[in-house]
Parts: sequence; structure tokens; C-alpha cells
Amino acid sequence: MMKDIVSRIFISADAGARAVGSDSVARAVVDEAGRRGIAPALVRTGSRGLYWLEPLVEVETSAGRVGYGPVLAEDVPGLFMAGFLEGRSHPKSLGLVEKIPFLASQHRITFARCGVIDPLSFADYRAHGGLRGLERARALGPAATVEEVARSGLRGRGGAGFPTGIKWRTAAGASGERKFIVCNADEGDSGTYSDRMIMEGDPFALIEGMVIAGFAVGARQGYVYVRSEYPQAIATLTGAVEIARAEGLLGAIQGFDIEVRVGAGAYVCGEETSLLESLEGKRGEVRAKPPLPALKGLFGCPTVINNLITLASVPPILADGADGYAAFGFGRSRGTIPIQLAGNIRFGGLYEAPFGVTLGALVEEIGGGTVSGRPIRAVQVGGPLGAYFPPVLFDTPFDYESFAGRAGLIGHGGVVVFDDTVDMARQARFAMEFCAHESCGKCTPCRIGSRRGMDVIDRILAGIEPAKNLALLRELCETMRLGSLCALGGFTPYPVESALDHFGEDFAATPPRHEVAA
Amino acid sequence: MRDQMGEVPERVRERIGAIARAHEGAEGPALNVLRAVQEEFGHVPRETVPVIAEALNITRAELHGVLSFYHDLRQDPPGRHVLRLCRAEACQAMGAASLAEAALRRHGLAWGETSTDGALSVEPAYCLGLCSCSPSALFDDEPVGRLDAASLDRLVSRARAS
Repeated sequence: MMKDIVSRIFISADAGARAVGSDSVARAVVDEAGRRGIAPALVRTGSRGLYWLEPLVEVETSAGRVGYGPVLAEDVPGLFMAGFLEGRSHPKSLGLVEKIPFLASQHRITFARCGVIDPLSFADYRAHGGLRGLERARALGPAATVEEVARSGLRGRGGAGFPTGIKWRTAAGASGERKFIVCNADEGDSGTYSDRMIMEGDPFALIEGMVIAGFAVGARQGYVYVRSEYPQAIATLTGAVEIARAEGLLGAIQGFDIEVRVGAGAYVCGEETSLLESLEGKRGEVRAKPPLPALKGLFGCPTVINNLITLASVPPILADGADGYAAFGFGRSRGTIPIQLAGNIRFGGLYEAPFGVTLGALVEEIGGGTVSGRPIRAVQVGGPLGAYFPPVLFDTPFDYESFAGRAGLIGHGGVVVFDDTVDMARQARFAMEFCAHESCGKCTPCRIGSRRGMDVIDRILAGIEPAKNLALLRELCETMRLGSLCALGGFTPYPVESALDHFGEDFAATPPRHEVAA
Repeated sequence: MRDQMGEVPERVRERIGAIARAHEGAEGPALNVLRAVQEEFGHVPRETVPVIAEALNITRAELHGVLSFYHDLRQDPPGRHVLRLCRAEACQAMGAASLAEAALRRHGLAWGETSTDGALSVEPAYCLGLCSCSPSALFDDEPVGRLDAASLDRLVSRARAS
């Protein structure tokens, strides 16, 4: 064994990994190596998205990267003693990371590099396939780049599922002195964190995607609107933008550059027109559509506004061709989607797979059921505006149309699992409360309807004219759904009505059977 | 309006002018400027609203509209530490609601308020993107996951001791 050749060690610096102690593990590794007279080659990566195994420590061996996890700082001396630098066995051994079933069964396209590379190493980015997409786009030319994206079948990963190619085509065809590319990184849906993972784990992928979009539609300026709840993502992305300028990825093609802008805690700013208002420095009030942002968006100019995952999926689509991407998927949902398993789930993490995997497979097989060990009672898919699904609907394939067909939505791909202690009337009330808290106030169904919704649910639970009030709640949901200006008021009925439809027994006036004593 | 009429010290006026000038090149800078003012002073003091509005060449009403819209922007100084506890669904699924209520009760704290010793402000957050490590929080921008009663108590004690 040669002492001077030390394997590289990889520990995530992603916020999710740091939240469970990856920094102290990294410090312990450096300290212990120092005590042993070894200079460690420690690389802080993004996260692989195997969060139940974080803090995850990986070591490079001739066979591949070997993992240990979840590692505590106090495990570190033992890892050295066991010979983890040579990939040897230890009670926390996971074997080859790529062979961990949760990872091995995925098709990572958008997340291929996340957790693998140093997020701020431009050399790493290039060495792992970065910039190939941009090179191909430049060889194709702007118009053919738009058509390639259209042919891939890529649809908006923020939740609306609008075909990206059509949006780009509209903006490309619009006349205007100035055009903008806006990345929506206001990832507010509970149960979602894929945007954050890319910003912290592979930010150049987003930057490259925006450069390609700017090239394709003729824009010279891009904005990334990041929510303030993501301080680390903001820092990493800002660092990456500076590096990209120095490396000539930004500022070179039509002068296209990017500015990172930070939100201020308003959920509604994830709605595209509200986000544009906020970028203009105004109250984040929703705009009526039309005009479409593609024609009249930021500062009144033609604007492509895409979700972060949509933009980060563009470079691999260009690099490897639209047909390969479109070959994955199910029905009209083509390609892969990064699904985020969250809440009360044993194997919580990021699962990128072609559309079509069933909800049951996701939460029971891949996710391993609840972490509490109790039966799953409800799964909320698509964030706070998504429906609650009971186990009888676990055969629903994960794609835009199948979820819409069952009065739900996939949204940004968040899957939040609840066990049988959940009180679904309380969840329904929370949906209304959240809508009231976050409403921009512009339209009445959302602003007033959500407050009335809370009152009506309170009355039902207090046993006041329950039949009449249940009918009123249904009517109110219909008004909000049909009459709201945007998805906040328009989709809040999804969690409420699904709770009524599938868990009606929780709306009885008596305390629900599973109420846990305070 | 009375509280907006307070005197603004020259030093504060100068800093606000400098912040506004630093954002001169940016389009639609109001939110950025308000964020920068808050970063500098910990909050956006009420009496500075006319000064900021003037520096941005917008009306006080417009600026107040922006200031009052965003949950992050505050007009009162926060505690020395800020704990943002997630109250959204993924954390609810892991018992965040009862965990938070119990901790707040135990320490005599309330949502959106600062402890009487000025050590800690507790604010609700609706998702921190740490949903596979629920219940979660940000303590002075540092992420904390898999919270339980003991670790939450430790955070509160840490805040109060420093």
C-alpha cells in the first residue's frame, strides 16, 4: 500500500446533507487524516439524492465509488481503521454507490452529474459531458435548436406541462428589441427540492441550458429568480455564474449573461406572471393572460420563462439528441422526470425515472413505505396544490395526463407520504389556510374564497349544519377552481376535494379516530 | 403615517443612497434595494421608507406596496438569531406541527415574535427544500434536518446563550 497515493473522498455539501451533519463528518475526515499523516483529497459534491443515507461518504476505488452511510462524525476514526480509503468493509458500508438499488434503477439524464462532481469545477463539468449540448446547438443554429427541443417532447417541469418547444418557438418568432430568458427557481412546493439540488450540485447545467435558450430565441439577458429560503443554492449558483463568465460560457454568445435575483418569501411568485412582476421590483401580483409572457413578458418584452429543471434538461437533450430523450416516457409525457420522495418515507430522495412508473411503486417499493413503519394512508402529489391520493389509486402512472384524469396533478414532481395518523380534514383546512396566507389578493375567488373555505371547514368540524356546509364547501371549491386568475386559487380545491372524496370520514364532527393526544 | 415621519440619521440616509446607487444599473431594482437595506440594518426601518422611495424615484405608496407584500421584509428588528421552522406538508407528515407547538410553549415563544431577551425570533417557513430530512429548519441560514424535541431545544438554548 502506497501511503502517498490517497483515494479521493467525496462528501456532499448540499443543504439537505448539511442539515443532517455532513459538514462535521467532513471536518472529522480531515482531522483524522491529519492525525494519520495523510493529506486527504476531499471533494465536496452536491447530493446524489439518497437522503436517508446522508451524510454519505464516498471513496474512489479501482472498481468505482464505494459508499458509507449514514456516517456520523464519531464513525470516522473507525472508518479509517477499517480501511475505507481502500473501499474495505465497515458496518456502514453500502458497496458500490452506483449499485445501490435506489440509484441503479434510475435513468439519470438531468441529474447525471449531481452528487458526482464538484459543483464549482468547470473542468469537472466539461469532463462529465458538460457543454456538448451547447456545441451541438451552435452547430444546428437557432431555429433547428428550437425544433430539436420541440421534437424531444419536453414539457414544463414546473407543473403546467406546457410544451417547451412551442414556448420557445413563440418567443423566437416574436419581434422585439430585447428578449429575456427567465428561470423560475422559486421552488415553493412542499416535498420538492430538485431545483435546489441542481443549483447546489450541478449549477453549470442550468447556466448551459439558459445559454442554449438565449441562443435559440435571440435573447441576450437571463435572470434566475431563486427563493430566499435557499441561501446555499443562491451562493453556489452566484459563484457558478462568475466562473461561467470567466470561462467564456457567459458573455460570449450574443453577449448572453445571467443575473441571479432573490425572492422574498412569497409562494405565489412561483406563478410565472407573478414572478415577472417581482423581477420588475413590484408586488408579486398575478397578471391576466393573454398576453402570453412569450410575447409580452419581462419589462413588456418577449420572454421565455421556464422552470429550472426544464432548462437543465435541455443540454443533455441537445447533446444526445431529441429522439433518445423522447424514447423514454409514457403517453404524451416524454423523457424523464426527477421525482422527489418526501415526508414520512423510509427511503426519501430524488428518483429520476421515465414517466409512467406507478405511484404505488414509487412510495411502497422504491420509497420503502413509511419511516414510522405504519401503513400509508395518503400521498400528496404535486405540492400544496396537489391532490391527496389514497392507496386505492396507487396504480396511477406518474405522468401529466394520468394524474389529471384522476383529479390530481404531478406538479413539480413532489411526493409527500403520510401514515395513518394523518387527519385529512386538518390537511384540507391547511390547504385553504395556505392559500389565504399566500394569496396575492388580486382576484376574489382566491383572496376571499380561501378564508371562507377555512371558516366552512371549521363549521363542519364543529358539527354546525354539516350537510349544508359540506355542500357549500364543494360549491366554493368549484368557484375557486373556475374563477381564480392563477393556479394558487384555481388548484387549492385539489387537496380539499380529494380529502373530501377519499377521506370523507375525517370530516365528521367528532374528533377523528387517529387524533394524537397533544 | 406618524411613524414614517421620524428623523433619519444622516449616516443611514447616506447608506441608503449608496445602496440605491449600487443598484442603479439594474432594471426594476426596488425589491433588490429593500433586501439590501434589510441585510444592512436587519430590517427596513419605517422612517426610511420615504428616503428609499425618493432614492428609487417611486412613490411612498408604491414602495409600501412592495414592502408589505413580501413575507421576508420586516419593519421591526429581529432577534440576534432567527429560527425559521418549516410548517409545510412534508414536515407536517413527520410531526412538525406538534413538535413546534410544544417547543414554542416550553420556551415561551410565539410564531413571528422575538423572545423578550432579544435572542431569538421564530418564523414560520413554508418549505425549505429539505423535505427528505423532515422536520427541518433554518437557523441563521444554516440548514437543520431530522429535528426532534431534543435537537430543537438545543437550538433554542444555543440562541439564548449567544
